[in-house]
Amino acid sequence: MVKRKRIYCEVVMGAIAVVCLVAMAYGGSATLKENVYDVGALKPIDSVPKLKVGDKAPVFTLPAVSGKTVSLARYRGKKNVVISFVPAAWTPVCSEQWPGYNIAKPIFDQYDAQLIGITVDNIPTLYAWTHQMGQLWFPALSDFWPHGAVADQYGILRSDGTSERALFVIDKKGIIRYIDIHDINKRPPLDDLVRELERLKK
Amino acid sequence: MMTRTMIFFAALAVCLFALNGARVAAENPTITGAVLAPIKLLVPQDPTAKNYLGLTGEGSFAISQIKAQVVIIEIFNMYCNNCQREAPRVNELYRLMNKDPKLKGKIKMIGIGVGNTPLEVEVFKKTYKVAFPLFPDADYTIHKACGEVRTPYFIGVKIKADGSLNVFLTKEGGFKNPAQFLKQIVTSSGL
Repeated sequence: MVKRKRIYCEVVMGAIAVVCLVAMAYGGSATLKENVYDVGALKPIDSVPKLKVGDKAPVFTLPAVSGKTVSLARYRGKKNVVISFVPAAWTPVCSEQWPGYNIAKPIFDQYDAQLIGITVDNIPTLYAWTHQMGQLWFPALSDFWPHGAVADQYGILRSDGTSERALFVIDKKGIIRYIDIHDINKRPPLDDLVRELERLKK
Repeated sequence: MMTRTMIFFAALAVCLFALNGARVAAENPTITGAVLAPIKLLVPQDPTAKNYLGLTGEGSFAISQIKAQVVIIEIFNMYCNNCQREAPRVNELYRLMNKDPKLKGKIKMIGIGVGNTPLEVEVFKKTYKVAFPLFPDADYTIHKACGEVRTPYFIGVKIKADGSLNVFLTKEGGFKNPAQFLKQIVTSSGL
C-alpha cells in the first residue's frame, strides 16, 4: 500500500515538473519571438512640460546609430523638423511607431520635413533595435549620456529615466509649432502629424 | 519498475498533449472550425474594390455579402514590421488567386488594418501597391472580435448558405511560400 502511494506521488510530482518545464519553454519562446519586453500599462504622462508652441526649439547635438552626430541646427533654414521621442527600445508601442514612419517618407517629403528619432538608449541597444526594423530613412539618435539631457531640455524626461512618447514639429526658423506629449501607452495617429505639417504651409 | 516507468511516460504524454492544445488555443484565438464573429465594414468608395467584392450601394456590409465562396482576411497593422515584410508575399498570393481560372471569383481577399486610421491604411496600400481592398479598424473593434490576434494573421472563412462564416484555416505570422499557402487554402476549404 505504501509502495503504491509512493509510485503515485512520484508520478504526480513528475507530471508537475514536466508541466512547469514545458510551460516555461513556451513562455520563453513567446518572448523571444518578438524580442519585445512587455512593460504593461504605465502612467500616461510622468513629466512637467517646459516648452510651449512658439518657443525656440532647444538646440542639441547627439550621436546617431550611423556613427555620426546630428545637430538640430543643421536643418535651420533648410527643412522643417519632426522630432519623435519614444520611451525605450524593445518596448511594445515604440517598436511599431518608427517602422510606421519608415514607410511614410513621401508624406514627410511632401511637407519638406525631416524626421529625427530620439530615445534615451545607448548606441549599441539602438543599433540592435533599429537594425531589425530594416533600413531607416531618418536618423536614430541616442540621448543616453548625459542621460536624457535632451529629453529633459524638452521637458519630457520621466521619473524612471525614460522619455515620454512625444512629437515636436519645428519650422525652418527653429520655432516649435506643435507639441504632442502623448499617452505613453498609445501610438499617436499619423493623421495628427499630417494635419500639423499641413498647417506649416499656411 | 516497468509499471512505474510506463505510468510516468503515460502522464508525460497526457501533459504534453494538454499543453500543446493550450498553446494552439492561445496562438489561434480565432480557431479553425469556429464561426467567425460578425464583422461590419464600410462599403469601399473605390469602384474597383466595390466591384471586386461584388457590393452595391453604400454604408456598411457584412463579410458574408462578399460575392465569393471563400474569403481570406489578413489582419495587419501599417506600423507592424512583420506585416511590412510580409506584404510582397501577400500580394503574390492575391496574384496567384486571380491567375488560376478555377479559383477566380471563388476566393476573395481583404485586409483589415487594426488600430489604423484610413490614412494609415492608405500609406500601407500605396507603399506596397496592395491591389486587394484594405479596411481601417481604428478603434480595434474588429481586432477584439477576432480575439486580438498578433499581426499579420490570416483567417480563411467559407460563406455558408445561412450567411454564417465558417473558419476553415488560420495562420499566425508569415507564410514562406504563397503558392503552397494557396494550395493549403484550396485543400482546407474544399474548393
